[in-house]
Amino acid sequence: MRLKIYGTGSALPKRVVTNDDLAAFLDTSDEWISTRTGIRERRVLSEETLQSLAERAGAMALSSANVAPEAIDYVLVSTVQAETLTPALACDIQPALGLKCMGMDLNAGCTGFIAALAVAEGLIASGRARKILIVSAEAVTRFADWRDRSTCVLFGDAAGACVVGEGEGVKDIRFVSEPRRDVLCATTPPGNSPFAGELRPAEYLKMQGQEVYKFAVSHAFRDVREMLADHDLQPEDIDFYVLHQANMRILEAVRTRLKVEPERFPHNIERTGNTSSATVPVLLDELNRAGRLKPGCRVILNAFGAGLCTGTALVEF
Amino acid sequence: MDNVFEKIVETIVDAKGIDAASVKPESTFKDLNVDSLDIAEMVMTLEDEFGITIELEEGIATVQDLVNLINERIAG
Repeated sequence: MRLKIYGTGSALPKRVVTNDDLAAFLDTSDEWISTRTGIRERRVLSEETLQSLAERAGAMALSSANVAPEAIDYVLVSTVQAETLTPALACDIQPALGLKCMGMDLNAGCTGFIAALAVAEGLIASGRARKILIVSAEAVTRFADWRDRSTCVLFGDAAGACVVGEGEGVKDIRFVSEPRRDVLCATTPPGNSPFAGELRPAEYLKMQGQEVYKFAVSHAFRDVREMLADHDLQPEDIDFYVLHQANMRILEAVRTRLKVEPERFPHNIERTGNTSSATVPVLLDELNRAGRLKPGCRVILNAFGAGLCTGTALVEF
Repeated sequence: MDNVFEKIVETIVDAKGIDAASVKPESTFKDLNVDSLDIAEMVMTLEDEFGITIELEEGIATVQDLVNLINERIAG
């Protein structure tokens, strides 16, 4: 696999919403939310746009990679729901970033960033692109159900980005799919076609937490273990496990099964909540900016979510 | 039946560090301070133990509710 991560970026909305803020209009509490999820606060889009977040994260990744905008020949955005159905957010962010290249959005739920990495690898391997900007930009708070205290408290908004290109670094990328709609879904507005049958209103995000928990913990553990075994690595050979920040309890359940120390499982969910496909690149950027991704550093990326599906990548810096 | 109950008691004791004698069939998970993700975690252990797949439903309130759900899957 010839793919290297050159630089990273991230952007969070300005508006901080604490658990106490939520308790002001929902029958919940800081204690209830934090013990079940590890989340203390999240960032929520208010006056800003998702596009502006994506632009900020993208600009930071270009700067971090020290890559000129002209050198980027493809933009991939992972998002569950952008602000426009068309054009793609991957096109809309280009003017602000000084880019002029093919761009497209992809949706693989919370696994979107790892899916974009795999698409980038294919574009580079085929010779279709040399340097690609990936942005995972998510505004889950716009389709979460704010009447449902069991789900809306979990989510935040964010954008994470990276510049990838030819080189050594990403060793392997894998996916596992178990299609199940019932446990995690949201629907789009029905439109106004006179030819459509029964027009059903959009349904906000619905999630069966226990089933998603079981899927996430069992798959994340198994996917990571298999990836390590196939590369003759032990759990302690990995410096950082950058897992999708969905719930602190999931992270802890996977970590204890792998029998590794907490230091190898960085997390920011206490500050960000679950930001869908943005969690992995945002956390990766935070590690990068803190100077923790040193040369030779080995990292596992793992995300899981709607589909249901999971993605796992092994990366060396 | 008894085997399923005993295994559930064992997983609750392991997970929450409470006295096995305090877990009765009629105990509610709420009273035992076992939340929904604790139940999901226990169910994963029980799925492995009994070689079954359990889809968690709403309304599992007591230990006996979980015993019944598992027995249904073992029988089914």
